[in-house]
Amino acid sequence: MADRYARTAGAALALALSLGGGVRAQQHAGSYTQADIEQGARLYGAHCSACHGPEGNTVANVDLRLGQFRRGSSDEDLARTITQGIPGTMMPPNKFTSGELFALIAYVRTMREFGARAVALGDPGNGRQLFEAKGCPACHRVNGTGSRYAADLSDIGALRSGEALQRALLDFSGGVPAGRRFVRAVTSDGRVITGRRLNEDSFTVQLIDEKERLVSLSKPDLREYTVSKTSAVRDNKEKLSAEDRAHLIAYLLQLKGLDRPQTGPRPR
Amino acid sequence: MKRLALVLTLLVSGVLTAQVPIERVRNAAKEPHNWLTYSGDYFSQRHSLLTQITPANAKNLEQQWIFQAQSLEKFVATPLVVDGVLYVTQAPNTVVALDAKTGRMFWQYQHTPSPDAKLCCGAVNRGVAILNDTLFMGTIDAQLVAIDARNGRPIWKTEVADVKAGYSLTLSPLVIKDKVLVGTAGGEYGIRGFVAAYDPATGKEIWRFNTIPSPGEPGSETWENEAWKWGGGSVWLTGSYDPALNLTYWGVGNPGPDLNPSQRPGDNLYTDCVIALDVDTGKLKWHFQFTPHDGADWDSVQIPVLVDANWKGTPRKLMYWANRNGFFYVIDRATGEFLHGSPFVKQNWATGLDAKGRPMLAVVPEGSPTFPGMQGGTNWYSPSYSPRTGLFYISAWDEYSTIFIPQKMEYVAGQRFMGGRGRSGTPPIRRGPINTWTEEAGHGAVVAIDPATGQRKWAFKMHDVTDSGILTTATDVLFSGSRDGYFYALDARTGALLWKAIVGGQVGAAPMSYQVDRKQYVAIAAGNSLFVYALRE
Repeated sequence: MADRYARTAGAALALALSLGGGVRAQQHAGSYTQADIEQGARLYGAHCSACHGPEGNTVANVDLRLGQFRRGSSDEDLARTITQGIPGTMMPPNKFTSGELFALIAYVRTMREFGARAVALGDPGNGRQLFEAKGCPACHRVNGTGSRYAADLSDIGALRSGEALQRALLDFSGGVPAGRRFVRAVTSDGRVITGRRLNEDSFTVQLIDEKERLVSLSKPDLREYTVSKTSAVRDNKEKLSAEDRAHLIAYLLQLKGLDRPQTGPRPR
Repeated sequence: MKRLALVLTLLVSGVLTAQVPIERVRNAAKEPHNWLTYSGDYFSQRHSLLTQITPANAKNLEQQWIFQAQSLEKFVATPLVVDGVLYVTQAPNTVVALDAKTGRMFWQYQHTPSPDAKLCCGAVNRGVAILNDTLFMGTIDAQLVAIDARNGRPIWKTEVADVKAGYSLTLSPLVIKDKVLVGTAGGEYGIRGFVAAYDPATGKEIWRFNTIPSPGEPGSETWENEAWKWGGGSVWLTGSYDPALNLTYWGVGNPGPDLNPSQRPGDNLYTDCVIALDVDTGKLKWHFQFTPHDGADWDSVQIPVLVDANWKGTPRKLMYWANRNGFFYVIDRATGEFLHGSPFVKQNWATGLDAKGRPMLAVVPEGSPTFPGMQGGTNWYSPSYSPRTGLFYISAWDEYSTIFIPQKMEYVAGQRFMGGRGRSGTPPIRRGPINTWTEEAGHGAVVAIDPATGQRKWAFKMHDVTDSGILTTATDVLFSGSRDGYFYALDARTGALLWKAIVGGQVGAAPMSYQVDRKQYVAIAAGNSLFVYALRE
């Protein structure tokens, strides 16, 4: 029953894609209707985000925003994966109408940009100048320049929506997400170590310190250990005008990373 | 040369005498050098009477050998050990026989499951059962396989249920008297669960108890319309047995669809129950329902731990049960009478339990977190009971919650049937080696509970959550592991850390212990491998 349904849905989509005359068949990444994308976003929120996360990157080796999939990346592949699931993994088969399936794929294809519409975008060139003038590289690194102390932003435009970037620049009152927090440790001989936490378990913590060294500490050996939820970026709330913010976001959204296909040498 | 010949003789004779008549299974506690059932013996206390490893010398534990499975799936099995031979499964359904001293392989048997198998949570297997010279394995494509313990050849295969409808077997079977008992997984696929007994010689079904009654049967009044047909009630963890009462006890899983109770009005018996079955007939003697009309996926799929102890001054046949719903229960296992219940983790869904143990519901506003979350205050992780300390030890998830979002869902055979979703800060089953997010999402702990009061005697807190089972020994050493990749020994009386080893992968199995040639070993599966430790010589 499941297989039959999946085949039907897959066939319907394949048919739609192969029929040059159909409205749907003319759609491809970048030209989905806003209605499809928004329907897809709702469906994604209801059926997919519990596992894949709001940013599409919480399943190992899968990053929906970056178009990184385990089982093929054509629309047909995606339709098959969504309807049939992947046996032996957490990915279950799903039942969607062909219209819903199309909307979901439309959203997955565009989720990188989704949300950016509500955000004012300025000039990326101005944004880049501001990025340097405001001292961001003292903590952040972009394409090999700047400190590694805070998050590397080289591919932030691929990872985050404009909306999310605006939130990050405007308001961190909710605290820094647990994945990017800074820690302060005092060793038994009184040394103070601060850094961005990279990993932690019951007995150890791994971090990168202000001098960009990778440090691993044994927690039972520490006199003090605290995790900070506040961000240095929140201070910018007052420092950045709305215009500056728009420039900065435009610049950050342009940063798509070095790992894009056909950029730079590939490993043989 | 003479010595070599002697060693060879011993090895060979060791294998040849590895016959396990049912008397040996029933009296497993009398041969602590072996491990003859999933939980160690019928009472499922996972308590070893071996005494070589003590709180004083546990710091001298060191790795003896590792078995690396040829599978990247979670390694969740508990091995059996019979007179120096260790039997364990690697995912999905390969049985291996290893020398328990060296980890060297005697043979392996691979069952290749049907691609139709549908698994909510991984293509896993929890281990085999043994009777005489035969091993029994349930498979993810819902078959029961009998295998010759001496050469790894299949003897018979029986289809237990329809794999295409979402049935699968992930539990270790339990051999009682002249029967092999299994239950089925598939609670996320709208199955109708059961416990079934098979003839060990032929694989023929002897009886089957459906965990969801059909119209007219007792319990059917707790269902409306056709909801019972896909009512769930999976049984995916090995039960226990009391020979004196001739009752076998099994934990039953969630109703279907998991997260949308409004689709199935009523208490939904016998989901989220412990059921007591007559071994000879499969007839229900009694049941106790922990979570009527469950909407949180709180399977009562825990190990029924049987204890003979005083209750309020009178000797009584008891059952201890830390449930996924966050409450610890004491039940009279002869009658099913509720004796005690109290929360062992933070919970906000009930104001308490009434005199019969039924939860009195609190209101959790829509969109607000429910404590404990979907994975529960504990889950299938084997607990342990030590008759020496009198304490009950569980792996708990503290401060952990889920926001439940129910959705109406049509049943389609073989398709996932969740009826909604849950949002939680903690990844439910498994994830990669980086953990930076659990501060607000809860954490794991080994918790020692005083069964008389339900109160915590001590807790060993972890940074991450835990999926590990627990073993205690007659020297008051407690073994457990963690999702962040440690295996450790604690003092069972105080919770103090005695020793730890880095196993480099999530512990999602339960430890066991055995002895060969006067040396005590402790085994734990972690990541994709089985690790074995003993004292440094």
